[in-house]
Amino acid sequence: MTSTQVRRTDVNGARIPDRSGRTRTTYLPHLDPAAAPPVPRPGLGRPTAEERFTVVGAWVSAFALAWLLTQRILPLGGPAWLLVAWFGLGLLMSAVTTSMTGRRVDVVDRVVAGIVTSGALVVGAALVSTVVFVVYRGWEPLLHLNFFVDDMAGVGPRDPFDRGGIGHAILGSAIELGIAIAVTLPLGIGTAVFMTEVGGRFAVVVRTIVEAMTALPSIVAGLFVYTVLIVALGFPRSGFAAAMALSVMMLPIIARAADVVLRVVPGGLREASLALGASRWRTVWHVVLPTARPGLATALILGVARGIGETSPVLLTSGVATFFVTDPTDGVMNSLPLFIFKGARSPEPMDIERAFAAATVLLVLVLVLFVIARLVARPPRARAPRPARTPRAKRAPEES
Amino acid sequence: MTTLPAQDSVLPASQASPRRLARRATGADRVFEIGARTVGATVLVVTGGIGAFLAWQSVPTLQRYGWSFFTESAWQPEADVLGIGAVLVGTVSVAGVAMAFAFPLALLTALYISEYAPAGVKATLVSLVDLMAAVPSIIYGMWGYFLVMPHAAAFSLWLHQHLGWIPLFDVQADPDAAVWDQSRYIGSAFCAGIAVAMMVLPMSCAVMRQVFSQTPPGEKEAALALGATRWGMIRSVVLPFGRGGIIGGTMLGLGRALGETIAVLLIISPDFVIKPRILEVGTSSVSALIAGRFGDASAAQLSALLTAGFVLFLITLVVNTLAAMIVARSRSGAGTEA
Repeated sequence: MTSTQVRRTDVNGARIPDRSGRTRTTYLPHLDPAAAPPVPRPGLGRPTAEERFTVVGAWVSAFALAWLLTQRILPLGGPAWLLVAWFGLGLLMSAVTTSMTGRRVDVVDRVVAGIVTSGALVVGAALVSTVVFVVYRGWEPLLHLNFFVDDMAGVGPRDPFDRGGIGHAILGSAIELGIAIAVTLPLGIGTAVFMTEVGGRFAVVVRTIVEAMTALPSIVAGLFVYTVLIVALGFPRSGFAAAMALSVMMLPIIARAADVVLRVVPGGLREASLALGASRWRTVWHVVLPTARPGLATALILGVARGIGETSPVLLTSGVATFFVTDPTDGVMNSLPLFIFKGARSPEPMDIERAFAAATVLLVLVLVLFVIARLVARPPRARAPRPARTPRAKRAPEES
Repeated sequence: MTTLPAQDSVLPASQASPRRLARRATGADRVFEIGARTVGATVLVVTGGIGAFLAWQSVPTLQRYGWSFFTESAWQPEADVLGIGAVLVGTVSVAGVAMAFAFPLALLTALYISEYAPAGVKATLVSLVDLMAAVPSIIYGMWGYFLVMPHAAAFSLWLHQHLGWIPLFDVQADPDAAVWDQSRYIGSAFCAGIAVAMMVLPMSCAVMRQVFSQTPPGEKEAALALGATRWGMIRSVVLPFGRGGIIGGTMLGLGRALGETIAVLLIISPDFVIKPRILEVGTSSVSALIAGRFGDASAAQLSALLTAGFVLFLITLVVNTLAAMIVARSRSGAGTEA
């Protein structure tokens, strides 16, 4: 800030010739401390009681009006019209009540808040309806313990629920996923280690291809294994083929997720390890992988959660068995998603009910895997506060 | 502090790999390097092999049927008439319906979680969206088939009655019949699209929310300090900042919607006609075609199915690559692992 500028602006309305010789007028704004702000500032804290009453009251009155209009006055019975009318009238009511005290921007703000909240509520309702509907349609078979341990061998579609179960499907899913994990985990993490730790031009090629292959639709992965393994090589439809299809689908997902996790390991840790004389392998094994362990576990569990529910590759490659199969190379094998799919397409109501029960089991499994992933991925909790050290006990601080 | 983990994500992918070492690796390092290279090469061969195999299998089919493979709507191997015209249209219409539902809902939910939700429940809501993404597609398929489809059919009838003059909402049935023919309105691309929307919604929502949450707090506070309402702040700061995330997340969802199999297979009644009438019974998609026809396929037919799968893969690949580019190029892409 030069002095000329100050001089130019400190006199209100003074004409000062500038360099080009023209004169410009500069007006200083008056500051009137007593005047109200030209634009009222919206409150940023928690809403006042009045604001809360405006919002809640608008929606409550909108519901009453909507009920009156749709159920009593207009010939628009049914809950669907009630909800639509409630939504529309609620926005209208919010706008009207807000416009009594606020300006146009406040009205828009309130209406948009209503729309956004309603959208989130619709999504929440859809999720809740999915879970509740599946459990509601399938709770009956779940009450029988044999549903979890028996197979469906010799059980007809009209047999009561105390006969037969999905033990074979659960076992089949476990075997197929076990093989798939045994294949994809070393390969996926190994590839990620290669891409992040070794690098080079070849790693860029690998990364590009792996990222491209995450776009492979699961049905195409299944068709690939079906064509190569079953048609061309004459392998029977089996749990092993299904595991291969799942591996093909999961490998790019896990490799990519592990790559993302390893990339954010701080380079300083690597450099410190190398500077201490560790070989690159020891650096990876003792520094990089342990640092990234929670992230890697999350990547694996989410990959498994994806694989356990994937129906289309299994549909093409494993065939359907109604009995326990423990040897994955020995003919057809059932799995949970396949059992659900076959049951859902069956015309028998009890088959459908069993399918819903199996879907509940699958849902619970995914939920459990998901919660484990969350727990593993959580950053390690802050240690319990240590007793304050006296300055005397200032030994080498342990690493933490 | 020489390296911050946050800087890694700003670097382009090619720079994220370690720099080249001048010294040749010896001993254990050499073993490690060769071992890692072998694993990488194996995965490259396996994954790249699938793409190459699909492309190689497509050659005879494309030679045999030529350009008509993409325009022919019938799939009659016994009459030697094969084409994916109808299934491609069906795939696009199912995905289009899905995105029409999923895009606004995902955007609103992401905005709600990042801007409107109370701080206490935000983490729970984020977990719920992630959980929603983990629910297997077969469960959404059953939800769509057993719970939603009757209501969707009733809604289709209403659309047909009131907006039937739009070719999109036309159905070849009498809209004002005394007893409406429900069988004309079920099993449509519309019904399948609703179930697919449930599947892609959490995915798009997660990407959008992640990008919204990276909006610089300083800019948001500046907007509020200048007197903006919450919506004013969102419109002037959050949405422009997150534009790349919105587009990229939507396209990632689209890529998923195009390849979805089981929910579509469960809901639609297969039909091989090119038609714009999304409310009418009967449609098909590439993945449902593969799932329905692989069992009784001869070698030539299998090759045709593989070609259809290859086309689907290419479409998904293009969509996903565009999405990744949009997310990475926009300002909001920094630090996003979409």
